[in-house]
Amino acid sequence: MSATAPAAAGAPANLAEHFPEGVAADTRKGYEGYVVGAGQLLQVAGAIRDKLGYDYLSSVTGVDYPDSNQIEVVYHAFKTSGGPGLNFKVQADRNDPVVPSLVGLYPGAEFQEREIFDMYGVRFDGHPDLRRILMWDGFAGHPMRKDWKEPFFEEDLKPFGSRWPGGDVRRSEELDPFGANVQYPPDFDPYEWTPETENAIYKLMQPKADNGNGGHLKTDKLVVNIGPQHPSTHGVFRMVVVLDGETVVDLKPVMGYLHRNHEKIGERNTFLQNMPYTDRLDYLASMSNNHAYALSVERLMGVKVPERAEYLRVLMVELTRICSHMWAIGFLLNDLGAFQTPALYAIKERELILDLFEATAGSRMMCNYMRFGGVSRDLPAALRDENTMDFLRELVVNRLPYAIDELDRFLTHSEILRARCIGVGVLAGEKAIAYSAAGPLLRASGVNYDLRRADPYSIYDRFDFNVCTRPNGDVYDRYLVRIDEMRESVRICQQVVAGMPTGGEILAGKPQYNVRVPAGESYGRVENPKGELGFYVVSTGKTNPWRYHVRAPSFVNLTLLGEMCKGHKIADVVVILGSIDIVLGEVDR
Amino acid sequence: MIDELSNPDIPVPDELKASVTITTLDKIYNWSRRSSIWPMVFGLACCAIEMICTAASRFDISRFGMEVFRATPRQSDLMIVSGTVTKKMVPQIVRLYNQMPEPRYVIAMGACASGGGPFKEGYNVVAGIDKYVPVDVYVPGCPPTPQALLHGLIKLQEKIDSQSLRDVRWYKSETNEPVPVPLLGPDLVDPRQYQLIKQRAMQAAAPAEA
Ligand code: SF4
Repeated sequence: MSATAPAAAGAPANLAEHFPEGVAADTRKGYEGYVVGAGQLLQVAGAIRDKLGYDYLSSVTGVDYPDSNQIEVVYHAFKTSGGPGLNFKVQADRNDPVVPSLVGLYPGAEFQEREIFDMYGVRFDGHPDLRRILMWDGFAGHPMRKDWKEPFFEEDLKPFGSRWPGGDVRRSEELDPFGANVQYPPDFDPYEWTPETENAIYKLMQPKADNGNGGHLKTDKLVVNIGPQHPSTHGVFRMVVVLDGETVVDLKPVMGYLHRNHEKIGERNTFLQNMPYTDRLDYLASMSNNHAYALSVERLMGVKVPERAEYLRVLMVELTRICSHMWAIGFLLNDLGAFQTPALYAIKERELILDLFEATAGSRMMCNYMRFGGVSRDLPAALRDENTMDFLRELVVNRLPYAIDELDRFLTHSEILRARCIGVGVLAGEKAIAYSAAGPLLRASGVNYDLRRADPYSIYDRFDFNVCTRPNGDVYDRYLVRIDEMRESVRICQQVVAGMPTGGEILAGKPQYNVRVPAGESYGRVENPKGELGFYVVSTGKTNPWRYHVRAPSFVNLTLLGEMCKGHKIADVVVILGSIDIVLGEVDR
Repeated sequence: MIDELSNPDIPVPDELKASVTITTLDKIYNWSRRSSIWPMVFGLACCAIEMICTAASRFDISRFGMEVFRATPRQSDLMIVSGTVTKKMVPQIVRLYNQMPEPRYVIAMGACASGGGPFKEGYNVVAGIDKYVPVDVYVPGCPPTPQALLHGLIKLQEKIDSQSLRDVRWYKSETNEPVPVPLLGPDLVDPRQYQLIKQRAMQAAAPAEA
């Protein structure tokens, strides 16, 4: 399922043997992989990529260990040919953390390293554009450090004494001297202060002197901001675009407008309290998010999920995939200018699926359905005045296949769709891998990499389905991959409905409100509709996670946006963004 | 419609009932406003998805005359704050609000927009949009179901019904000051709090100097 101990099958030859100097196996209890010296990192990572074949750097993140005065940068690399991964770490001095940047080797690390810089203050030597990414330039402090406290800070760990067991809740505003969620450095004088400008990004994108038309005609380049409040950015997302006429010369995404501090809050929460928060990452796919988080914690706990619960999980997750892809396709058409009508068709059947979610989990969108070792509730007996199983059978045998065929019939051969999508935003397979792209974006570039097959989890090995790929890597192929994947998901759902054991446990052990998780680290990942969703969890053996990191597919996929847009027209930018299918809750977390 | 508008105290002859109604200016003014509230295309987070579902076929917001979502604040009557308000985003939200012409209304949709919701303690989260712009209707839920949002919209219609031309603020002679746009500094800086910030900073610095 994930990074694994060196001894496991398919694992690399002992990395420490290859590099006797500067590489040591990580021997802390429950930890896996290797600790690499900062000086050797580039060399070791180069060998990991080129000699050992770990061509896909899934996740890069930081962990703060104030006790040993270190900040650790953790890398998870995998092979696109499948199999378990390799986890290696670099430790840096907490007072002045510097680590060589891996952007040269794995360009997909660019945004993730910027995030670590933003959150932990680790400087990455050789990074092409090391600026804050989620917070704004000028923000005081690096918020994910363990000793950094937010203005509404109450205690390090939940449950807070003020709420439990006494329950004398106060409004947090009453504690803050400003009556709001703010704090300032002691020497801050608003009258003497001028706000930081955004010149840094504009300067970086200053169009080069040559304007590319042979110098006959003097033309100016234009900088345009799209967003953060714009109807086609799918949420609060901003792009700074440099234009030559209508052609995009350069593009940089600006994000963080929906940065809701999942990770900081997640490290105060107990393990179980994080479950509903995962719903709100990719809020179009809450079930899949639950699944990834449950898997990563279950790996540490070593619980076995009962049979019926596994079936329920797969059912819910695959239905979620259909919802999410329907949404993506509908709103891609929106971006193409077919305003609203296709989207209304596309999300019609989604309502049926949401009804099932609501009847089962209690909420349409924020399902909070899975638990460590199972799921929280069984299917209801009846739904919309029907027996639930009859409803489900009708849904997956008739209605969904029909709805998918309908979309296919209306759209796939549409002249307009083809004219706007074929050959737009082309992404080559090798580049997609190098940039750690995931999901339909990767598979539409011809890379056969779907975690359900490449690194099977749950009970996917029992089902008959194909991994959908397309060769051209353009917007049209991404659309087609989504249509194909919905069909495969329907097939899986049909098999689930036919094979689901009736009755039986849905949760291992008895329901607990607080779980103690054995010490160690774990990286659990699933194939979420948007791509590879990973949770990196570190436990110290208590009830709260020491580190809770989300490797969000939308966030990493955006690294490629600029590359894909260059040379296209401004109107295509909107379409290319739509074809990546981002959800801001997950981009900014 | 006629029944809804006409004043029962003033009788209209039967033969004219189909074509004549006698009503007050307030009533017809409010009736036309409440039946064509144009919201702004403005989605912040998860709640926006439910807002879109409210506008889609099943829940059909156009039953209330509100389906005309406008992409510019200049043409909008209603801002549905549908999601978590972050510090990085709040300057833009305030600016959008300032750009809306009067009469304008604000609905805080969901727990986040109303008071910070599940992310209240987050360092980048503003605990409720009402810290900056006045809110007319709060819709609870995380996210509120489409039915709940529709209920909130109906409440807003009731509020509009209760207003009178005589005392609405947009026909008063004094101009409406725009809400000061907050700035991004070491933390979010509210221009209305400059004095307080300076004072607290001095207090905090004092013991160190002493
Ligand atoms: S109230 Fe809930 S659903 Fe709405 S934006 Fe906040 S977290 Fe998302």
